Amino acid sequence: MAIEDLFKIVKERFVAEQPAVPAAESDVEIPQDLLFKCPRCGAVVYNREFTAAMKVCPKCNYHARLTWQERLELTADKDSFQEFDADMRSLNPIGFPKYEDKIAKMQQQCDMNDAIKTGVCTIRGYRTVIGIMDSHFFMASMGSVVGEKIARAFEYATEHGLPVVIFTASGGARMQEGIISLMQMAKTSGAVKRHSDAGGLYISVMTDPTTGGVTASFASLGDVILAEPKVLIGFAGRRVIQDTIRQRLPDDFQSAEFQQECGFVDMIVERGMMRKRISNILKLHGFPKEAYRR
Amino acid sequence: MSNLTACERLELIRHKDRPTVNDYIPAMFTRFMEFHGDRLYGDDAAIIGGIGYLSDTPVTVLAQVKGRNLEENKRSNFAMPHPEGYRKALRLAKQAEKFHRPVICLVDTPGAFCGVEAEQRGQGEAIARNLYEFMTLKTPVISVVLGEGGSGGALAMAVCDELAMLENALYSVISPRGAASILWKDGTKEKEACEVLKITAEDLVSFGVCDKIIAEPTGGAHMSKEQTADNIYEYLVDAVFRLKKADTQQLLEQRYAKFRKIGMFTE
Repeated sequence: MAIEDLFKIVKERFVAEQPAVPAAESDVEIPQDLLFKCPRCGAVVYNREFTAAMKVCPKCNYHARLTWQERLELTADKDSFQEFDADMRSLNPIGFPKYEDKIAKMQQQCDMNDAIKTGVCTIRGYRTVIGIMDSHFFMASMGSVVGEKIARAFEYATEHGLPVVIFTASGGARMQEGIISLMQMAKTSGAVKRHSDAGGLYISVMTDPTTGGVTASFASLGDVILAEPKVLIGFAGRRVIQDTIRQRLPDDFQSAEFQQECGFVDMIVERGMMRKRISNILKLHGFPKEAYRR
Repeated sequence: MSNLTACERLELIRHKDRPTVNDYIPAMFTRFMEFHGDRLYGDDAAIIGGIGYLSDTPVTVLAQVKGRNLEENKRSNFAMPHPEGYRKALRLAKQAEKFHRPVICLVDTPGAFCGVEAEQRGQGEAIARNLYEFMTLKTPVISVVLGEGGSGGALAMAVCDELAMLENALYSVISPRGAASILWKDGTKEKEACEVLKITAEDLVSFGVCDKIIAEPTGGAHMSKEQTADNIYEYLVDAVFRLKKADTQQLLEQRYAKFRKIGMFTE
């Protein structure tokens, strides 16, 4: 081993062992909803300002997670959304312990029956089938309901000659549904393929975090793949990889920017521009424009 | 049929003498020729691809390679493919489609490899692309899970007209160890997780995922490699014969329907 290599190892170790910047601690109690602390850069901002900025960190431009209601509000034209399969609920296919309880709790917390809302809406006048995954619900993991709703959304779009826009976010397949959840990857990918073979357009919009079985199925299969800045996109979990290679990974590993550089994202789009970008893509593909209200 | 628990089967499929595709391919196919590379990046030794004869029918074989010793395992990365492995499989599947050869996928992997380079080269995209393309591949596709069917890494070679499993093979969305560490924050509770996950061939038949269970010799596949290979061979000859007769359009409708109907929900 050359002597330079020795230093390199020491340097690497030094870099790897440096602790993250510690959060400022204080005895003063701060109401939980007053401040937002960015999970990426650690900046602390007033929640009011953060919300007014569409939940984008003013310091590092991290595009934080939205609820489905917030996403719909930012994306669809006023009153244009008609929901599909609103009452679809998960069962417990493999008899997983306490799965029903967990689902019930999530349903109460998130005002939705499972991790995705699907339906049809207009975006600046362009009629489109839309899917919005909400990571607040069970980390938007994909089980029977997510898979079925996506497959039906694509089939509806194919039948009606409509484009599909899906805002993806997910921790991956829903382990609690066992092999059934894995099969949803095949089911959704098959539905995308049939939509594509029929000439249908599909825009995939990757939001924080798009990982695991969702990255390895419909999220990666868009004709056009957009992503929000700084969001996490990847297949394997960061910790799993770190454990394998026993090295600290760079902060931007598996970011939207990393994925664009590696060739897996067409375009990174700021939240404030997303609606316009999507509608421009729909327009270019020749879809008709309807009157709409914002 | 086997009355072993999932956990006992896990031990069986990890048995050091468990036969691998390196045993099965020479036993089942004649004049097998291996084809290398994905034409995009490289050649992944975790997946063997090639052509040969099954009885007198030309077929394309795609197989995940567990090593029989450390040397072989180092070469094949313990059967954990990189994106170029899945892309090689897709390239050869497309070739098979062009020349109307049935595709036979032999699945035996702990999962797709998790690493920096695998991410850089798009592990997620590579798996997704296989699911997407295999769903409408205009030639019969038959997958056989030989040992471990590890999550998306297995599914990328298991979008098929028929899925068969060796009697003691397991097929799961997550490794039992992974499930245990998420569920109980304790990876050593692998055995408990094994039973909870419902991953045996019988379980998968009950969910409509697995179509056929192939018997292993008493004591497991390693008790007689020849007998196990014979049993798989017999199944494959029959399946290829049946599927080759089917009209292609009908075959694809049935393939989609096979996956389309899997799910449990109320509305």
